[in-house]
Amino acid sequence: MPGLGTSFGRGGATVWVPDLENADCILIEGSNFAEAHPVAFRFVMKAKERGATIIHVDPRFTRTSALADIYAPIRSGTDIAFLGGIVNYVISHEKIFREYVVAYTNASFIVSDAYRDTEDLDGLFSGYDGASRTYDTASWAFERDGQGVIATDPTLTHPRSVYQILKRHFARYTPEMVERTCGTPQAQFLQIAETLAHNSGRERTTAFAYAVGWTQHTAGVQFIRTAAIVQTLLGNMGRPGGGIMALRGHANIQGATDVPTLYDLLPGYLPMPSALRNEQTLAEYLKLNAKPTGWWAHTPKYMISLLKAFYGEHATPENDYGYAYLPQLIGDHSMLPTTFAMKDGVVKGSFVIGQNPGASGQNAELVRSAMERLDWLVNIDSYDNETVSFWRREGVDPSTIATEVFFLPAATVLEKEGTMVQTSRLLQWHDKAVEPAGDSKSDAWYFNWFMLRMKALYANSTDPKDLPILHTAWNYEHDDPHERVKGEPSVLKVLQEINGYTVADGAQVAGFSDLKDDGSTASGCWIYSGVCPDKATNRARNRDASGPYTAPNWGFAWPANRRTLYNRASAAPDGTPWSERKKYVWWDATRGEWTGIDVPDFPKTKAPSTPANKHATGMDFHGGADPFIMNLDGVAQLFVPSGLKDAPIPAHYEPLQSVVENPIYTQQSNPVLREYVRKDNAYNKPVDADYPYVLTTYRITEMSGIMTRYVPWLAELQPEAFAEIDPELAVSKGIKSGDYVVISTALGEMEARALVSGRMRPLRVNGKRVHQIGIPYNYGSQVAFARGDSVGDLIAIALDPNVSIHESKTLTCAIRKGRLLRRRPASFAQDEM
Amino acid sequence: MANGFFTDTTLCIGCKACEVACKQWNELPSDGFVFTGESYDNTSELSGTTWRHVAFVEQMAIDHQGELQDRWLMSSDVCKHCTNAGCHEACPTGAIIRNEFGAVFIQPDVCNGCGYCVVSCPFGVVDLIEKFDPDGTHYNLASLATSRLDARATAVQQSGGVAGKCTLCYDRQRLGFVPACAKACPTESIQFGDLDELRERAHARVERLSERGVSAQLYGADDVGGGIGALNAFFLLTDRPETYNLPAQPVLPSTRQPAGYTAAAVAALGLALAGWMIFRNA
Repeated sequence: MPGLGTSFGRGGATVWVPDLENADCILIEGSNFAEAHPVAFRFVMKAKERGATIIHVDPRFTRTSALADIYAPIRSGTDIAFLGGIVNYVISHEKIFREYVVAYTNASFIVSDAYRDTEDLDGLFSGYDGASRTYDTASWAFERDGQGVIATDPTLTHPRSVYQILKRHFARYTPEMVERTCGTPQAQFLQIAETLAHNSGRERTTAFAYAVGWTQHTAGVQFIRTAAIVQTLLGNMGRPGGGIMALRGHANIQGATDVPTLYDLLPGYLPMPSALRNEQTLAEYLKLNAKPTGWWAHTPKYMISLLKAFYGEHATPENDYGYAYLPQLIGDHSMLPTTFAMKDGVVKGSFVIGQNPGASGQNAELVRSAMERLDWLVNIDSYDNETVSFWRREGVDPSTIATEVFFLPAATVLEKEGTMVQTSRLLQWHDKAVEPAGDSKSDAWYFNWFMLRMKALYANSTDPKDLPILHTAWNYEHDDPHERVKGEPSVLKVLQEINGYTVADGAQVAGFSDLKDDGSTASGCWIYSGVCPDKATNRARNRDASGPYTAPNWGFAWPANRRTLYNRASAAPDGTPWSERKKYVWWDATRGEWTGIDVPDFPKTKAPSTPANKHATGMDFHGGADPFIMNLDGVAQLFVPSGLKDAPIPAHYEPLQSVVENPIYTQQSNPVLREYVRKDNAYNKPVDADYPYVLTTYRITEMSGIMTRYVPWLAELQPEAFAEIDPELAVSKGIKSGDYVVISTALGEMEARALVSGRMRPLRVNGKRVHQIGIPYNYGSQVAFARGDSVGDLIAIALDPNVSIHESKTLTCAIRKGRLLRRRPASFAQDEM
Repeated sequence: MANGFFTDTTLCIGCKACEVACKQWNELPSDGFVFTGESYDNTSELSGTTWRHVAFVEQMAIDHQGELQDRWLMSSDVCKHCTNAGCHEACPTGAIIRNEFGAVFIQPDVCNGCGYCVVSCPFGVVDLIEKFDPDGTHYNLASLATSRLDARATAVQQSGGVAGKCTLCYDRQRLGFVPACAKACPTESIQFGDLDELRERAHARVERLSERGVSAQLYGADDVGGGIGALNAFFLLTDRPETYNLPAQPVLPSTRQPAGYTAAAVAALGLALAGWMIFRNA
């Protein structure tokens, strides 16, 4: 998310799925598109039918590869080297879209003379402190004149210009180096580089699609940054058939980021207040977080409207709109560090909802054993699962566990109404199809009653610390008496509150431009504002596909029903389309406004010729040709001076657990990655002779997790955990397809069935034969129709420094033929062969 | 009017949505949970309770010209609803009929489970349903079976076995819906509709693919030979039919009857002659 956020301004996919059809070329990397998103893949197929070239780069030849025009193998975890090679290719072969790059990126900005690159420091950037393993990013800043204006060189020749720094930085990412690092044959790499370059520019566009194959690494954010640099240099951002499609794995993951389940964000990407920063009052918070220039100068309007939505009449100017009621961060409270805190007895209770970390968590045994230390655990789920049943797992005596466990039945998606926000940032409403089975309730029911009962419990309290509960506005009573009698709250009312309203008369606001910073408006998540512009309208319900192909009357895409983000860049600086073929949003001089087939991502009447006022604040700081309105300088950031903890421009580091030494720098792995060196989280050595094979993990079409393992129609399609192995490795180990094998890391062992296939192929990396083993992440020990061990038990936790994401896509392992000697539950024993 | 399927294997992504949608709509049980170790195919074949089956063909070998082939072919197989259907001819009870949509349909309440159709199908499609489990205890389908104990389930329960295969979603067609598999297919690999129109589309598709340098052939759009005629469910393939486990030269069993009767007659005549020669002096 910060990979896209720091580059372009927003953390979401920059395009929408059906627009892939307009691409001339699609690069799928870090994603098994066809298997993990089969329905969205229809638009890739449509592009292919229209003559687009489909490229798939992946450690495994998958069902996506089978449908691609070009497939190239890659060693898992080396995508920065591969994409860095593309950057080097397009720069050294003069394939950049120069006019676009000069006008719409920070390529011309001059970087401070204190900055030192990996070229100077052999894999490190300036500002590194080895003791704390952190960077002081002060030296990554841009050079400014006496009045604070950034120095630029539009000829891109200044040796300290971003462009020249990029050029030097990526010069060593040659095709030979790509082959040596990634194992991808040079000829294939060059074919891909040429295809991308050929299908970019004025007349043609290339789209990128990735998923968690790029994110789940200790340098995951930088993987995406490298893709952002390639797409920006090729001039594909903000244009039809271009952009970067961040494919979301689950149905509502985008929504769970927008109205976040993330610990460090408030709704609409506002930062969560932190006790570690100087944010004790609202004024301090706004001073720190409202950006002086660009769209985020509006932060006070969104924050104060959010507080009004949270605390209603109790949010007043006198009490900072209830700002002090918000919890403040005192560290990293993301899931995996919190799991360690549970294990260490710091965290005493836990709610687990919509997730099964006891099987799909990283270091899943750590999760399960951490739950033994809790006082209480609440699990809301539709199925018995490895998490809630941690106390009766194999090898554990339940009588020794004191945790009180509450297992509450959850309604499934068809048994409740509400919105889903999918990968195109599209809000779509769904009705309830059937009543929930038995005592099952919607998640909204649980939260509604949780809050109402807390309010009742504290009703007579006079203690100021209870004010956040007492002052929370909570008016979601259902209008339908049938639902009301069941205690179901109205999720439509929640959506209407998210949209926002005028406090005085309760009337809905039309969009986020109506929100104010004086407490006269309320909005629960500013980016969704406009979805319910009046009480009678719910645009998430819209299902009219007619009109232009952007289908503006189908659902509601945030922000402001915009399909393609940064679409001002689909026109040249003078406001005319780059080409007739790729016409999308342009300046209509006669009407004096931006127009096109999408909602312009730009102030509607700001003429292309409007000069930038480098001494102004807010949007006036940007000129009429600065398309990236969320960014401080209005341009895409090839070089990120602040906001990232590990690098201003990406550098290839090996995964924490690798099979080779870094072929590119002396620095082996991400210098600021986060490790947890402790007995219950044992790592393999950085390059470990005992664990000589690359292990990569993924999910498969047929299985999700606990939801699908109980469904016999799905279970029969992929009934058991398996490991995909290349034939050469299989022969050397005497393994035949269908045999049982044991895969191990320093952390643990698991059993699986071998699936020997030529789709897995050994690579030559830095002169060494490298075998990769793939294991799907869909199985667990819970007795269901599909069975098998969880690969989560092999994965020690190591985190990316920016977003605390784990490294599940690349580690190392050993493999042997045979079975695990251990007691299995009786139900497993019945039909073992 | 006859409806049918055109399965274009160049569009198949192997997601198996057709298999699942078919089982769900037709309330068919799983066939057990067996890991085969053969590519991503764990259901292996069409059966009395698996009416759509996706074949996975891995061609990862280097071909004789030294080029990497790199192909993973996927194809969703189904009953062909033949113009001259072996099962239809062999059925002694009249359970198998050609219905108003041109499909070969087994009436479960008439079928006595004799199994003649099973051996008469040139494609190995039809099979007996022996394990149907209306209580759902083994297959966890209790809620479905108890809510809709229809004629088929009752018949199976009472007779202990009937023949099963694709109905071309007769019940859905009667309601004006397309069959479940075609509805669920995300890439339009399975297309359903009027056969004349589908055949036209299929021939045009072969030409288009050929322009793009893809060598493709139709299987069953026209007469497949062997007395079977054209298939109401036909396929577009990019390799030989055998690669997809489709017979290259399917034969309708009844076309072998004249030769069989002749041979029998000749044998009878020969035996009579021999008998006459042996016993003429007696």
